[in-house]
Amino acid sequence: MIHFASLIKTLDSTNKTNIKVDALASYFKTAPDEDKVWTIAILSHRRPPRPVNTTLLRTWASELAKIPLWLFEESYHIVGDLAETIALVIPTSTEQSDKSLTKFLQEMIALKKQDDEQKKAYLFENWKKLNYYERFVFTKLITGGFRIGVSQKLMTRALSKATGINEDVLAYKLMGNWNPNTISFHDLVIEEKESDFLSKPYPFYLAYAIENEVNDLGNINDWYAEHKWDGIRAQVIIRNKELFVWSRGEELVTDKYPEFQEFLKYIPDGTVLDGEILPFPEGKIGTFNDLQTRIGRKTISKALLQKTPVILKTYDILEWENNDIRALPFYKRREILEHLYQHLQKEPEQVNAIQLSQKMTFESWQEVAKERERSRDVHSEGLMLKRKDSPYQVGRKKGDWWKWKVDPLTIDAVLTYAMRGHGRRSNLFTDYTFGLWNDDKTELVTFAKAYSGLTDAEFKEVDKFIKANTLERFGPVRSVKTELVFEIAFEGIALSKRHKSGVATRFPRILRWRRDKKIEEANTLEDLKILIK
Amino acid sequence: MKKPLLEFTNKGIYCAAAKVYLDPWKPVDKAIITHGHSDHSRWGHKQYITHHTNIPIIRHRLGDINVTGKEYGESFIINNVKFSFHPAGHIIGSSQIRVEHKDEVWVFTGDYKIEDDGICTPFEPIQCHTFITECTFGLPAFKWTPQKEVFNDINNWWQQNQNEGKTSILFGYTLGKAQRLLKHLDTSIGKIYTHGAVENMNEVIRTINTLPETILITRETKKEELLGNIVIAPPSAHGSTWIRKMVPYVTAAASGWMTFRGARRRRAIDKGFVLSDHCDWQGLLTAIKETGATKIISTHGYTDIFSRYLREIGYDARTEKTQYEGELSELETKKESEVSS
Repeated sequence: MIHFASLIKTLDSTNKTNIKVDALASYFKTAPDEDKVWTIAILSHRRPPRPVNTTLLRTWASELAKIPLWLFEESYHIVGDLAETIALVIPTSTEQSDKSLTKFLQEMIALKKQDDEQKKAYLFENWKKLNYYERFVFTKLITGGFRIGVSQKLMTRALSKATGINEDVLAYKLMGNWNPNTISFHDLVIEEKESDFLSKPYPFYLAYAIENEVNDLGNINDWYAEHKWDGIRAQVIIRNKELFVWSRGEELVTDKYPEFQEFLKYIPDGTVLDGEILPFPEGKIGTFNDLQTRIGRKTISKALLQKTPVILKTYDILEWENNDIRALPFYKRREILEHLYQHLQKEPEQVNAIQLSQKMTFESWQEVAKERERSRDVHSEGLMLKRKDSPYQVGRKKGDWWKWKVDPLTIDAVLTYAMRGHGRRSNLFTDYTFGLWNDDKTELVTFAKAYSGLTDAEFKEVDKFIKANTLERFGPVRSVKTELVFEIAFEGIALSKRHKSGVATRFPRILRWRRDKKIEEANTLEDLKILIK
Repeated sequence: MKKPLLEFTNKGIYCAAAKVYLDPWKPVDKAIITHGHSDHSRWGHKQYITHHTNIPIIRHRLGDINVTGKEYGESFIINNVKFSFHPAGHIIGSSQIRVEHKDEVWVFTGDYKIEDDGICTPFEPIQCHTFITECTFGLPAFKWTPQKEVFNDINNWWQQNQNEGKTSILFGYTLGKAQRLLKHLDTSIGKIYTHGAVENMNEVIRTINTLPETILITRETKKEELLGNIVIAPPSAHGSTWIRKMVPYVTAAASGWMTFRGARRRRAIDKGFVLSDHCDWQGLLTAIKETGATKIISTHGYTDIFSRYLREIGYDARTEKTQYEGELSELETKKESEVSS
């Protein structure tokens, strides 16, 4: 644990990627194998389930710190991180623990099944014994992920540096279903076994947003365009008469989309499709809001399946006849995909839950731009531009695939409530709620929350305003004198019964601070509703 | 109802019986000043009364003002109200103000800390009925490490950077923190260089106290000569072209706010040392207890939370709004005026 805590401390105390990679690589060279596996698991969001709920953690931490619970809560709102707050308020120790990371995690897994008294005793013992930073890391392991700016990509790069194994190969090995409690470092990282790969998806190839003029991409004839669908990016894997659905967040979501089970009958073994899961109510592509009703559910009822069915809008094929075909040029892969799709259309019973994302060719970039303007009408977010001869790469890479989204919808709204942020924004008011005017302009109705879009300097200025202009406090939330107007951008909009305003916006964020506008000039809810087509 | 001995007005803390203000934020006739930081000693008063070591500091910032200096513990009477200054331990010259009238004693702390920092006169608890306290770090999350350990860490950090052939840049605000850092750096490691704003203040402080030798960075200073040495600079210099010319370097900040991981990361500083010139949570509670006061007024910091806690443990506690820079982070906002001077 000392070793792991000091790794986390190093990672947490630098903003420089090279230092992070070096620190991780040297950890992977020296740490015991089982700790390495757990470290990979933790840094790729594979923590064991939380053994103690946060209410109990708060209660017990305030008890050990001998402070009232309300004072602990207030401190938490300001510190912005539960584990950090707990580590800070508990009296400090100078001892160190020689238990390994693996031992701690095994104890935490066992702890989940124990009763509250045992949990409390376990936490007290370790909180008292560990020094400040180890106590923080220990509590973090219980509460949640480490926000220390280490992406899976960065971790994979370090592992590659330490083992000499190619980064892309490692990325593939680390995907999918593996249990850090049972797998060895050798099996996970070093050894190559065919059977391990049954359920494994390929690392997704991700596109960057287009940076300059689209004309700069060169000859139009080298490119295909597709609409960029607004659903859940997914790979559907058919191997050995089994079907697996993986989301881009590397989550196995097979059970959530039973619609796809029919593929087993018609799509041959050894096929992997890349595409977008889209809601398809009443035989039409729906909004992301429709899909929301499916995402959170553990069990999918028949009624829900009927009301909001989904389809796979497929646009690429990564494996065919048991061969990894990612290195083939895109146009070749499309030929295979289209051939497969035509074949499916000829099936006696139609395969409903799959559609082909049409590839489009154009004569000029102006025509492409025109097509992009149509995106909202067809429920897409914009266009994807893919080089015809591009291989399917690993992770986010520049050059061959670009996303060209439609310009967001925007509206001017008034800052009404604020909360302190988390992580690097702790103790700074950066989480805002915005309101629009009701019909007779007498009241501001909350319509969206946004956390991003301002520069650090602007956040600092708004933070200062909020601290000086707080009207009321409701726990961590402050109501603020209505004075500041911001232009809010969002990707999509739909009617919603769950929202007070009656409208749900997709990915709202601050586009800019309208210092030139008075609150009377902010938009109304009616203005917002007009944007719904 | 009897008028309170000190009241909170829109100009500052006012003693009506004596017709004087304590650390006022708007221009007044007569101001009694706790210390030299710009949110406590402001421009424009007709007469200033302060501890004598503050005089050169305040004059450095405000020019030729009309100011009277007093010793610690020396009483002076204004309209039958007895005033005296007592060490606050915040920065050089910082004082608490004791106010006595008709057997009633109030103490106003200004800013203070109870740890002896080895450069200013240590804080002394003063018996009183009403204690007006700051609580910049009035949360149980704030817990200081003894400065000896912190300076050990700072010196080790400097040594390590030197071993890697890099320049160490340490941020601390110009008046107070910069000199405290200077005083405890291990000069056997290397030389100490300073930013102009820090050096200007050092010159003033050298008329009061001894400081180790420092070298002002000028246009002629070559970056090669800085390698392995340490630079003391105000926080506002972070990210400036002045700093960027010094590559390869490593940055650190010394402040109570460095308690929060997020505070350091937000500023993109390589290392944070938790070192404050204010009290931590336990320090505030200890100081309050030692005054014997039953009425506590919090002026700046996490005032609402702190007052609520004090009421729970039996004090008659409340919050008053002032313009001292409570919730604002000392790193980001204070003393810009000094940086430019």
